Amino acid sequence: MKIDHPSPDDLGQDYLEIRGLTVDFDGFKAVDGVDLTLLQGRVHFLIGPNGAGKTTLVDAATGLVPATGLARYRNQDLLSMRSHKIVRAGVGRTFQTATVFEELSVLQNLDIAGGVHRSPFALLRARRGVPSYVAEALETVGLADLRDRPAGVLAHGQKQWLEIGMLLVQDARVMLLDEPVAGMSAEEREETGALLQRIGEERTIVVIEHDMDFVREFADVVTVMHAGKVLMEGSVTEIQASPEVQEVYLGRTVEGTSHA
Amino acid sequence: MDSFTTPLLAGTATGALLLIAALGLALTFGQMGVINMAHGEFLMAGAYTAFVTQQIVTNADISIVVALPAAFVVAGLLGLLLEVTVITWMYRRPLDTLLVTVGVGLVLQQLAKDIFGAQGDPVRTPTWLDGNIDVFGYHWPYRQMFTIVLAVMALIALAALLKYSAFGRQIRATVQNRDLAETVGIRTRAVDRITFFIGSGLAGIGGVAVSLISGTNPRLGTTYIISAFLVVVAGGLGQLKGTVIAAFAVGIATSFFADWTSASMAQVATFALVVVFLQLRPQGLFVVRSRGLA
Amino acid sequence: MKSLVRTFGPLVAIAVLAVLLLVVAPAVLSPFRLNNLGKYCCWAIAAVGIGLAWGRGGMLVMGQGVFFGIGGYAMAMHLKLEAAGPEGIPDFMLLYGDGTMPGWWEPFRSGAFTLFAIIALPAVAAAILGYAIFKRRVKGAYFAILTQALAVVFATLLIATIQETGGFNGLNQFTFFFGYNLYDPVNKKMVYSIAAGLLIGCLVLVWQLYRSRFGELLIATRDAEERVRFLGHDPANVKLAAFVVAAVMASIGGAMFAPIAGIISPSDVDATASIFLIAGVALGGRALLLGPALGALAVGYGRSTLSESFPDQWTYFLGALFIAVILLFPAGLASAVGRAARLVVRPKEATP
Ligand SMILES: Nc1ncnc2c1ncn2[C@@H]1O[C@H](COP(=O)(O)OP(=O)(O)OP(=O)(O)O)[C@@H](O)[C@H]1O
Ligand SMILES: [Mg+2]
Repeated sequence: MKIDHPSPDDLGQDYLEIRGLTVDFDGFKAVDGVDLTLLQGRVHFLIGPNGAGKTTLVDAATGLVPATGLARYRNQDLLSMRSHKIVRAGVGRTFQTATVFEELSVLQNLDIAGGVHRSPFALLRARRGVPSYVAEALETVGLADLRDRPAGVLAHGQKQWLEIGMLLVQDARVMLLDEPVAGMSAEEREETGALLQRIGEERTIVVIEHDMDFVREFADVVTVMHAGKVLMEGSVTEIQASPEVQEVYLGRTVEGTSHA
Repeated sequence: MDSFTTPLLAGTATGALLLIAALGLALTFGQMGVINMAHGEFLMAGAYTAFVTQQIVTNADISIVVALPAAFVVAGLLGLLLEVTVITWMYRRPLDTLLVTVGVGLVLQQLAKDIFGAQGDPVRTPTWLDGNIDVFGYHWPYRQMFTIVLAVMALIALAALLKYSAFGRQIRATVQNRDLAETVGIRTRAVDRITFFIGSGLAGIGGVAVSLISGTNPRLGTTYIISAFLVVVAGGLGQLKGTVIAAFAVGIATSFFADWTSASMAQVATFALVVVFLQLRPQGLFVVRSRGLA
Repeated sequence: MKSLVRTFGPLVAIAVLAVLLLVVAPAVLSPFRLNNLGKYCCWAIAAVGIGLAWGRGGMLVMGQGVFFGIGGYAMAMHLKLEAAGPEGIPDFMLLYGDGTMPGWWEPFRSGAFTLFAIIALPAVAAAILGYAIFKRRVKGAYFAILTQALAVVFATLLIATIQETGGFNGLNQFTFFFGYNLYDPVNKKMVYSIAAGLLIGCLVLVWQLYRSRFGELLIATRDAEERVRFLGHDPANVKLAAFVVAAVMASIGGAMFAPIAGIISPSDVDATASIFLIAGVALGGRALLLGPALGALAVGYGRSTLSESFPDQWTYFLGALFIAVILLFPAGLASAVGRAARLVVRPKEATP
């Protein structure tokens, strides 16, 4: 499996470490002792059948559900932090169903995401022009033409891009993306994949995904989850060769629920 | 001893009143997400039904027996009317149902004022409820005990309906997944209407109980609506047991506070209590877990 | 050019309103009518705050009467003490009480302290209550009901404390307003102008808030509170800020209401009064800049006119107003007019 870290400096710090992470819903362990190390500069995929606990894992790392174990980024214990502090520490996420601020324009949506770095006082002033980091994000996610449209009118795929753009503006060093290409057309998927690879060079990107074609094309590392546990970790080829993984996925493939 | 039993017993009766008022709310708010501020006026309608019944059936012993089902139907029909004309359009805007029904409540209050006069009317107590028993030195009026019996009966009937009847299953199915319920052939609109009828009807029964204790009054609803809502909020949505515990807790606490200080300080203290309680359990006593960002 | 209109157009509208209220109205209205308009302005000030909290922030504040009352009673206490003279105590205390004044009245002899209290008391009260509520993510209907419960409790408390607050009758019979005799029509006009000026000031303030990044953040919080959390903001703080500003505005409205109406009583601040304040906001358009203020002025006018001619019909009217507006025009009458206007205008625009 491919291991190339961009710079030795970053290796010391910029990774998200998860050890023995467990989420217990009234006795039901949705995530059960998961160990993961997510390194910078890679597009990391998290796959697994429905209900495997992928979303819950991300929820736990972003303060949405209480969890035990360890989730550490830059020496900060994420499990003891509240959601907005985790975001401020550089860990951002998107949601399975894209949630953008429908009444605000694309520009405003992105601009709001930059608020993390503003003082309360600066909040009281109106925005003048387009901040450079917002303009950059608009270009990167390809929404520059739709800048002044209300986000509510965007197509499903465009909303996902907008969310990724918001993470860029937020300057999230770790991006946890929950099924960002679900419901996208083939071209949109390609574009998204390329986008992820581009921005992934200097970030830690985790993508939850079901579509194996997409995973095959863009994954650097794949982690397979099943019933709250990590079943296997490795390159796409390794994963596909594994009999265990095939067994877990067999039901899905036979039922024909897999991708088109 | 008396400074304990008096507020305890009187508070239990207040709690029972709150429970009847809150049961209907728990049904319409908890199950359907409709915040009906006119629920208090349905209570008032129940009280006036008791009053009017007594004008027709002058024997107080019998009139109360007639008044109970009559009040259930009157308040229930008012609720049904409200559902069909107004609420129907607003299921997607729960906060707005609150405001619309505030308006409905105002109109109903003024109607009561115009029809029955701004002053309240007394409702005579049946002889079989006239009297009291001595509990550790407190003369506990039968009327208060009657309220408790009424509340318990309403509770049991509602719980049984929800749990065992086919209709109860339809309500629960509609609450959990409206679309799915529809695809399996449940007429969810009809379910909504019947639910609203029953919830509002319960308020009517509560009104009869109130009328026995304090007579009728156009502003009677406003006295109970906020406390009843606080009970539902503190109890947590979706489960009747939370409502029951909260109703008696609020009733008894208010009664004790009133005993120690004054009736108005008791209101303040109870409110503070609920806010503090919500600090500890923002979702109320019992939480029905839901997923996602909603 | 277009964006210039969008940015400063509202300011022009506020300026027009300012001219109407501060120049035209005093010139054409009788002292009695002008005084009534002053009352509507006070309600409108509170309404501007409600627009901020509810229209922009999604917090249905059903208990603004409480903050209106805090300001109103603070001002009224000062005016009572002013009327009573340097060492005197308010007349009603002699009437209902034993002729001694509670200690917490004493600081209100000072005008400066009173002005400070009018701002600080509601701010602190709203901050504590809001902190407790928002941090624990109590919202929506729960929040609305809690605030209304607060108004009920507040009014009950006032009624019960007749010796300290005048009880059911409230505080009335003020003679001086910071040294100016309130029986002098010129001074009455001045008090009116202060209220109207404060209304304009509040409008300018929310204009700036709405165009600021805070305004955008507030809308974002209203529409997707949990999502805001994942932008690194604590939505509780955003809501708290709006709630506190709204409370202070209500308090300012109440403070001016006391000298203009000549009375402040529990019925001006209870749950029904709070709902009345909301009616104007709903009518005018809760999320608009001028909607709440104009709506409140209109509803205030309607209330005076209707209760002059048909005292009993007013409640029906208010109830019907709620039902009709919320059911048919949830965004307010102004937006309904706007929509109708666009329907008329658009066909012409269609051909380029
Ligand atoms: N708040 C909750 N309370 C109880 N159980 C929950 C809760 N959230 C998730 N679960 C359960 O935890 C398990 C894991 O759910 P999760 O959403 O993490 O799966 P997933 O891998 O993201 O699935 P999908 O591919 O369908 O998105 C499921 O069985 C789910 O029902
Ligand atoms: Mg998932």
